[in-house]
Amino acid sequence: MSRQTEVLVIGGGSTGAGIARDLSMRGVGVTLVEQGNLTHGTTGRMHGLLHSGGRYAVSDQVSAAECIEENRVLRDIASHCVETTGGLFVKRPEDSEAYFQEKLDGCAASGIPTEVLSAEEARAVEPHLAPDIEKAISVPDGAVDPFRLVVANAASAREHGARIETHSTVTDIRVEDREVVGAELDHASGPGKHVHGTEGGTEIIRADHVVNATGAWAGRTGAMAGVDIEVRPSKGVMTVMNTRQVDTVINRCRPKGDADIIVPHETAAILGTTDEEVDDPEEYPEEQWEVDMMIDTLAELVPMLRDARTIRSFWGVRPLYEPPSVDSDDPTDITRDFFLLDHAERDALDGLTTIVGGKLTTYRLMAEAVSDHVCERFGVDADCRTADVSLPGSEEFSVLRDYMDEFDLRSPIGRRSVERLGSRADDVLETSGPNPTVCNCEAVTRAEIQDAVDQSGSDLNAVRLRTRASMGSCQGGFCCHRLAGELHDDHEEAVVREAWDDLLRERWTGQRHALWGEQLSQAMLNYALHATTQNRDNDPADGDPVDFGAFDAGVAADGGDQRGD
Amino acid sequence: MPASPLTEAISVAIESDVLVIGGGLAGLTSALAAAREGADVRLVAAKQSTLRNASGLVDVLGYTADGEGPLVDPYDAIPNLPADHPYRTVGVDTVRKAMALFDEVTPRYRGGHTDANALLPTHGGTVKPTARYPAGVSDGIASDGRDALLVGIESMTDFDAPHVAAHLTAAGVPFDVRGVTIQFPGDLRADAAITRYAKLLDTNGTVTADGRECPVRAALADRVAAEHDGEPRIGFPAILGDDDPAEIRAALAERLDAAVFEVPMGPPSLPGLRLEDSLFAALDEAGVSIATGNPVVGYDGDGRVEQVYVEKNGARIPNSADQYVLATGGLVGKGIDSDRERVYEPVFDCHVAHADDRYDWFDREPFGNHDFARFGVHTDGDLRPVDGDDSVEFDNVRAAGSVLGGYDFAAEKSGSGVSIATGYAAGRSAARRAR
Ligand SMILES: Cc1cc2nc3c(=O)[nH]c(=O)nc-3n(C[C@H](O)[C@H](O)[C@H](O)COP(=O)(O)OP(=O)(O)OC[C@H]3O[C@@H](n4cnc5c(N)ncnc54)[C@H](O)[C@@H]3O)c2cc1C
Ligand SMILES: Cc1cc2nc3c(=O)[nH]c(=O)nc-3n(C[C@H](O)[C@H](O)[C@H](O)COP(=O)(O)OP(=O)(O)OC[C@H]3O[C@@H](n4cnc5c(N)ncnc54)[C@H](O)[C@@H]3O)c2cc1C
Repeated sequence: MSRQTEVLVIGGGSTGAGIARDLSMRGVGVTLVEQGNLTHGTTGRMHGLLHSGGRYAVSDQVSAAECIEENRVLRDIASHCVETTGGLFVKRPEDSEAYFQEKLDGCAASGIPTEVLSAEEARAVEPHLAPDIEKAISVPDGAVDPFRLVVANAASAREHGARIETHSTVTDIRVEDREVVGAELDHASGPGKHVHGTEGGTEIIRADHVVNATGAWAGRTGAMAGVDIEVRPSKGVMTVMNTRQVDTVINRCRPKGDADIIVPHETAAILGTTDEEVDDPEEYPEEQWEVDMMIDTLAELVPMLRDARTIRSFWGVRPLYEPPSVDSDDPTDITRDFFLLDHAERDALDGLTTIVGGKLTTYRLMAEAVSDHVCERFGVDADCRTADVSLPGSEEFSVLRDYMDEFDLRSPIGRRSVERLGSRADDVLETSGPNPTVCNCEAVTRAEIQDAVDQSGSDLNAVRLRTRASMGSCQGGFCCHRLAGELHDDHEEAVVREAWDDLLRERWTGQRHALWGEQLSQAMLNYALHATTQNRDNDPADGDPVDFGAFDAGVAADGGDQRGD
Repeated sequence: MPASPLTEAISVAIESDVLVIGGGLAGLTSALAAAREGADVRLVAAKQSTLRNASGLVDVLGYTADGEGPLVDPYDAIPNLPADHPYRTVGVDTVRKAMALFDEVTPRYRGGHTDANALLPTHGGTVKPTARYPAGVSDGIASDGRDALLVGIESMTDFDAPHVAAHLTAAGVPFDVRGVTIQFPGDLRADAAITRYAKLLDTNGTVTADGRECPVRAALADRVAAEHDGEPRIGFPAILGDDDPAEIRAALAERLDAAVFEVPMGPPSLPGLRLEDSLFAALDEAGVSIATGNPVVGYDGDGRVEQVYVEKNGARIPNSADQYVLATGGLVGKGIDSDRERVYEPVFDCHVAHADDRYDWFDREPFGNHDFARFGVHTDGDLRPVDGDDSVEFDNVRAAGSVLGGYDFAAEKSGSGVSIATGYAAGRSAARRAR
């Protein structure tokens, strides 16, 4: 099958979704393809800081100015994806006074409003700051939910006529006479896979122009068209704490460094991060010292973190790029700015543009730059409107909820039922039968699980992402079998067993980096519940047939007494 | 009284021949064994209830350390376990003697009539090899060929009867099994605790069901009868009463004209709590003095423990004994604890072997070969913990139960058996050594 589109955007992260929205609002026909779910890449594995620009105010004032500008835009157009927490740069006794001053001056030069707080004032804002903190600078940092943000962009693109295909992987880029003319893609199949082309089929999409917005994968995508793109993927770790120890974003006020920021997200706080170059954006080591350092170093700012409970850690890969001429040794030296690569000019290859680098906070600006470039090539005379028109759902919460459903996505940092469900809450939660809690840690009820099963099919991991079931403190110890039981209403036992195994495996993998102390004890309890009480590790349904006749047949068989006292 | 070195020094220590630390299966068994030897025994435990986690089935050995099984005869396999396995330390005869003591004090338990393991349905829908089982679950035995009906309660997510039945069928059980879901009579709220169901059945309280008032046992039986298709046995989740489960089962059985059994469940587990009750009763009868609710937080002594301190309302109360049994449990009971760098035994700081890199503490697969499941203290042949060089840490301390290392009770299905056998051996040996 072959279809025609004007612009094919590859990559369903913040950048690709932003481009799809911008172009389609200007009347350009767009198809966006993504190999996983929306946010499958770096966008779904980042820290969620809506930068004020303060972090770049000394080292990179161009980025800093872009950040504060976009920060204001997003508070306006995406208020439903942003929490205006505010942020602090705190100075410890050993941190340089001169740098504190440079930070203040840099913010002023970049247009970032600040206020200097005394130690007492800072602790009045954040009572758990270390007692020896000397002072702090307050800045308008915020927390942003990348899941909702991307879905809102994709939804807006769709409302303007774009076609959005998830679970669709570009496998080749077609080049004819030094011009990119389209791409070949594989559509996935199976439950929970939302594909509008032929499930499990391949498709060729012919396009007037292709935009490569594949982030850390941009080098590979470029290679499909025969061009070199020097992406330098750099990994970073983030550690999720079980409660929200701070309500404002806490930054360490010193030159770039690892483990220097805490971002509050709804009921959790996320510690971050590191910066280390890796070869492969998908296969890279996830190491214990990274997690240890995160806690040890950030406990210097907020001592209670030392004994707090971590829920899990995750890693993301920055799609850093630098022109080959620069050649930095240290990834932290690579600019956080974004680059638009015009391959016509750069490689004498028409029909392809790559956008790489940047930050989530500046995704809209990146999208605007790409869209201006594409429109200019096609002589489309339309202004960018993405900074002025609010994203779907910012006025009415339920609108975005519906879109999240449609794209099979739940923000893993979302809140409890009613907020999770938005305007659907009444429909979903009002059932005729009893509605018991299935997952106690996250308070997810049967009705919500059933609703998620209706939409996700037999994939319990998708049910988990939609509802947060099994993602709380017990990490699924008490509810995995309950979720399996709920699934059995609509699915056969063998399908349920497989989904249950997948869920157990996923839950286990996610805990690896938090296995000590309380969480290790919890892991042992879970192991005992699943292996001892349920004997799921030696499930006879999976293994060799059991010779039931060889075992104790009970005293009833001998006519004995079944009554205990 | 505030804790201070002075008050510690002048208050008179509570004394006994044997002091058992820990109130789980291992601690209870060792206190009982020591008392049977004529010793004056005191038991202190931080928390009374640990058996609320356990299913109430008493496993001895269901799979070898290499995962072979289900084993028909656990005693046959014990001599071939790895040399540092606690069963090897105490020997198979001691395991048998310990199980005999268990049988003697728990008349509600079955399975002692044979060495063979029984296969019992789990609430996850598998079957599990176990050595002793409460009378209330015995009609559910999977080697019994009678067809079965499983009954789930609509508002109880822990036991999905149709799913369990389908899973058991896939497991190849030699009978037909069907699952139905009913609404429990009366208006218990959707998230009612298991104990609410049990209490209501214990008192046979009156409920309004289908427009009329009726005692709850009859009302429940009638709801089940509407779904019953002549199966000779009917299984319920383990909610059938706390005080007198036998009477409740009999009442249901009579009205349904079928045998009635329970399927053990996760926490809070009624069969586990019932077992705990009967063991505490046996200890009372044996004259053991019991203090629960307060942890042991420190000790005096070098090479030999002179006294331990129990923390109570902020004060440190000395308890002294000639012999001590450490039965504080494993990672779950907090007898073994860990931080990012190390794994340790908090009471006496006995040596616990572990890899330096905490990423080596576990396997990548959820049911892989996990080191953490085998964390614990290692001992000499008399169950006395040894340090890294195999020297005895304290002359008068023995360890029992999950605080011991070298075995994975979850994979082997040996949890209660190891606790009972090592508890028995440690308690007996401590009493014999006591002055
Ligand atoms: C540790 C860390 C913390 C960060 N914290 C912040 C922060 O706090 N604030 C902030 O503003 N920014 C932050 N960032 C940066 C930000 O996350 C990224 O810059 C941004 O998300 C990149 O988005 P993207 O759309 O360009 O890339 P991605 O989100 O990676 O999107 C690329 C997409 O392309 C898809 N794709 C790849 N190949 C194919 C193919 N062949 N076919 C189809 N699809 C394909 C991928 O699946 C992926 O979904 C952080 C980054 C990291 C790594
Ligand atoms: C979820 C689960 C399911 C299980 N299911 C089964 C099963 O189906 N079949 C089976 O045979 N076994 C099962 N077991 C195993 C069994 O129930 C026991 O956990 C095991 O035998 C260990 O018993 P224990 O007495 O060594 O430790 P625990 O039962 O953990 O008891 C430890 C005791 O020590 C006390 N303690 C700890 N530290 C201190 C201190 N500093 N001072 C004073 N007291 C202290 C605790 O409060 C507690 O009373 C299961 C266990 C779990 C966790």
